[in-house]
This record gives sequence, C-alpha cells and structure tokens, in this order.
Amino acid sequence: MDKLLEVNELTKQYSQGNVIARVILTAADHVSFYIKPAEIFTLAGESGCGKTTTAKIVLGFEEATSGTIVHNGKPQTRKEKVWITEGVQAIFQDPFSTFNPLRTVDSYFHETVQNFKLARTKQEAIDHIDKKLRLVGLSYQEFAGKYPNEFSGGQLQRISIARALVTDPKLIIADEPVSMVDASLRMSIVNLFKKLRDELGVSILYITHDLATAYYVSDRIAIMFRGNIIEMGSVEQVLMNPRHPYSKLLRDSIPQADPKLRWTSTVTLSELEQEEYLRRGCKFAGRCPEVMDICKGVVPADLSVDGVLVKCHKYSDTQKG
Amino acid sequence: MNNKLTVLRTEQLKAFYVLDVQGTQKVAKAVNEVDLAIYENEIYGIAGESGCGKTTLLKALFNDIILPLRLIGGKIFYRIGWDEEIDVTTLSPEEKRKLRLEYISYIPQGSMSVLNPVLKLRETYEDFIASHVSGQSREEIFELAYKQILELGLPKNVLDVYPHQLSGGMRQRVTIALAALMKPRIMIGDEPTTALDVVVQRGVIQMLKDIQKNLKNTIILVTHDMGVHANVADRIGIMYAGKIVEEATTELIFGQPRHPYTQFLINSLPKFGDKNVRSSVPGSPPSLANLPSGCPFHPRCPHVKEICREQMPGFTQLDENHKVACWLVGEGNHG
Repeated sequence: MDKLLEVNELTKQYSQGNVIARVILTAADHVSFYIKPAEIFTLAGESGCGKTTTAKIVLGFEEATSGTIVHNGKPQTRKEKVWITEGVQAIFQDPFSTFNPLRTVDSYFHETVQNFKLARTKQEAIDHIDKKLRLVGLSYQEFAGKYPNEFSGGQLQRISIARALVTDPKLIIADEPVSMVDASLRMSIVNLFKKLRDELGVSILYITHDLATAYYVSDRIAIMFRGNIIEMGSVEQVLMNPRHPYSKLLRDSIPQADPKLRWTSTVTLSELEQEEYLRRGCKFAGRCPEVMDICKGVVPADLSVDGVLVKCHKYSDTQKG
Repeated sequence: MNNKLTVLRTEQLKAFYVLDVQGTQKVAKAVNEVDLAIYENEIYGIAGESGCGKTTLLKALFNDIILPLRLIGGKIFYRIGWDEEIDVTTLSPEEKRKLRLEYISYIPQGSMSVLNPVLKLRETYEDFIASHVSGQSREEIFELAYKQILELGLPKNVLDVYPHQLSGGMRQRVTIALAALMKPRIMIGDEPTTALDVVVQRGVIQMLKDIQKNLKNTIILVTHDMGVHANVADRIGIMYAGKIVEEATTELIFGQPRHPYTQFLINSLPKFGDKNVRSSVPGSPPSLANLPSGCPFHPRCPHVKEICREQMPGFTQLDENHKVACWLVGEGNHG
C-alpha cells in the first residue's frame, strides 16, 4: 500500500451570525494531503488555521462539508467509525483532561483490551499492557491502581501514547501533543514518536504550532494558513528554505535559543481573524511583505516549485497550473 | 561589585506554601533562600520547568504573599527614590496597594483574568486609573492612555469593546499597555506570551522591548521558553526546585552554561538545520513538598558526586556576571 491515509479536497464551513447577517467561515478549504506508512507528517500553523478542524474530521468527530477520506484504499464515511479505533488512534493536547480524574489510569487500558478482545485472561491483558508501557519507558507496576493526578504531565502524556498503542494502530493522530509539556520534556515525547515510526512502522499525523520539534521529528510538513495548505513538502525544503511569504514569517518568528540570532526586523500583526478568513484572493495579502495587485482579488493556485507545493502568486511565472 | 543601581533586591527569601492535608502539615518549599539583585534598565529573565517555583517567586517579588503562601524568612527591598531602600514585607496593605501599578506592575499569562469580561475596556481602565489618580488629573491620564494606545500601534477604538471581542494577542497587548500606563519602575511578566501563537508572540515581545526602551525601567520576565529568553533578556536566572542555581548574562548562559541543569535545558532544544538526536532532561522535577537531600538536582544529574547528596552547594562567582551553585564548579560561599 502506497498511501496509508489520503485526504482529498476536504472542506469544512461553519456559519456564524443570524438569518440577516450570516457569515460563512471556511475553516478548512479544499485540504488535500496523504500519509505514507511509517512516516511522520506534520500539519503546522497558528491557532485558527484549520489544523484541528482537519484532525477532527479525519477522526470522525465532525462531518466534512465536502471531500473524502481514504484509509488503506477504502473510502471512509463518518458512519463507519470503527476504522478509526482499529487502525487509527488519537492523542490530545491536555493529558489531564484525557483521563477522568476519578478513575484509575489502568482501567482505561483494561477496557480497551476487553473491547478489542486482545486478551483471554487477566494475566495476558497485563502482559499486553506492560509491553506497550515499556515502549514509552514505564511499566505496569509503576502505574497500576494510580489516579491521573499521581503522574506528572509528561508521564501522563506518555501514558496516553501507550494507551493509543494498545490496539496496535498503524496511524496515530496527535493533536498538539507537546504544547502542554515543558520544553525540557518535549523531546522525550517527540523522541518517542521517532521510535514508534522506526521500530513499529507507525505513521503519525503530528499537528502542532511548534516548528522546531516539527523539523526535528517529521518527514514531510504542510503549513496551513486560514484554512488553506499554503506550502507542503519535505521538512528540509519547507523549513530550511521556505518559499511562501507566510512560511517565511512563521519560520522567522520562532524564538531561537541563541542570543546571536535575535530578531532584527519587526512584524505586523493581523487585523481581526475573521476578516482574514473572509478575504478574497490570497488570505495573507493583508500583511504580506511581497504583496502584488493580483493577490488581493485572485486565489493563487497550487503550484509545484522544486517538488514543493506552494500556494502563492509569486511563483506563477515559473510554472502555469 | 558593579555600579549598576539595584531596584529590587531579596535577601535569603523564603516563601513556603503551608497546607493542612488531613491533619498533617504539608510544606511546599516554593521559594527557598533566594538572593536576587535586579538592576535598573534591564530585562531579567527567570527560567525553569513548571513547578520549580518561578510563579511563586514572582508573587513574592510583587509583594503579594497571601495564604496559603507564607513568608517564612528573608527580606524584599524596593528602591524608592534614589538612595532609599525599603523592606516592603513590613508595609501595610494600603501602602502595598499604592506601590502597585505606579511603582511595580504585573502582567499575567491569561489576560482574560485581569480584564473584567462584562465591562468595556474603557471602564476597566477607568477603574484602574481611579484607584491611583485623584480627581481632575484623571482626564489627563485618560488622554495619556489614548496616546499610549496609538503609540503602541493598537487600534484607536480598542477601548470601546469588550475583552472577548479582541483576539488573544490584542488582549495581551492591551493588558501590557495598561501595566505600563503609569510608567512603573518595575514590570513583572508571568509567562506573558506563552498562550500566544509564534507570530503574535513575536509582536507582543517586540512591544515589551519597546516599552522597556522608552521607559528605561526594569522588566522581570518569567517563561520556560529559552528561545524567548535568548531574544529579550539581558540577564537570566535559572531556577530549580525553589532555588536560583545559575545566574549570568544571556550570552554566558547560552554560550558557557556551567550548571548541568542549565546545560540540559539548552541542549534539549531542537534547532533548525540540526537533526541530531537530542535527549530531554532525564527524570522529572522533584515535588516541592518532598525535596531530595543536598542539591535538589542530584537525582537527575549525570555527574553526581557523594557530596551532592549531602549538602547544597553555595554560589561560586565565576566572574562578575556569572554565578553557579554546583559542586562540580566550586566549593561556593556558604554563609
């Protein structure tokens, strides 16, 4: 199988306001990407760029306005949710709200084992769980009978990864898995992702705003802005040599842990978020340093520049299409 | 030591949370014997993992010690005027209130918790101004507020809306503008940009730096993001388990970190163009209610020695601007 997950032309619209003044916001606008087996694919962007909306639709939490999702060659609809839990698992941002504070953490694992009939005896179940916990650097003894508040945030996030691994998924969708974790412990989570990819062949859809860890861990990356994928390609190409002016801005705005690399230029911040969503033409035209007249009226096409997809008029001379 | 003017100074500051848990007393040593000297016209960064006591230290520096936090020992000095240093822990609540906003102001992480959600921003401003400025000059202050808002590049009508109508970044910038309004000598920021997107964060940091440059005052900035520190701070204190373990200029902290914890903090950060495997700080931070003996970092330290388990090292002064509390570096001054 060449592609594990394929997302085609996914669009999600929300309507805001009342009958008289209705505003339609397109949270995801013809989003297309695919994930190969044993690959870490990053969906990056600022809040409100549509990355979580995309994840929610892929996970079946929300219905897309249009577009299809193909998993293992089979088109998926929201009604057949079962594919999600079998081959695909999810990890969320805040591990403390993933687990019920009044339930012991191990009960989640046992429940999953029972629901998927992964073990016949209790000992078999414990062995299976222990195996998964060891992958994340914990053990069954350490965690049996404990409540979520007895773990630190980093530990609990690793436990939720182990929980996702119980069903032996081929794809893990991780929505901002490190943004609640201290910078010093982030590496333990992303190193774990690398290990899962290299040793178990698990693919990961890594959704984040943290481009530094995205560069470190992923194979390919898509940068989203106001519902559109504006640049997509290998991390080396996209992050080391960004082509879209927004990718450049995003890349330059990451504070580098090196006092020699302080920012020298200043940035203009956006007007109201909604205005950018409703903008005709390129959504970034309002604060793009390289804006041209055409950007304000015409939506740029998806162009292929050196193997990278770029949605920008700047490159329309190099290639038509 | 040097001729810079100290605006805020602490001496052996100890502030613990004392909690009664089911009849037994639990003590969390959040700020433990901290000696700080923060100068005029500088941005001082405090870095550390969550749960290391950095927010509590800020509360103490802001002289806002309320139960269950208790001042166990030590002193906090503010420099009011030129030569007069006063110990603010002894002030009455009314005297403390007067210092706030005018002498020292606070920028919180969640701007929504400062701005009253049912009042327009103008009314919140009025509240703040009325409690510090009397009678006729209020209007002048308001004019000043408008001028300042325009100077800082915020839209003119920003005061005529409710807080929820603004984006997070805009709200945070209004909060900072408010904190700077009375031209305080010290501004304290507790993770002021952590909840923001990177581009917005850059804009907010830019604004903080501009304010500092104009007012020539002192900003104390707490964040766990070493990237932010590298970009704004002049000097950095690294905090671990309620103690400052290393303090130096930003260049020295990033260029020649000496404490193993600082080295871990800096080396664990991913860098562009470098895909080499990076490891995180091993283990997890200790509970402040149950600190390990000796140096609190010893259970996670790769270079641990016998003495580290027994005794907390004092500071070794490496040069004028660099001090470290670690047995690997020196014996330190115990006093």
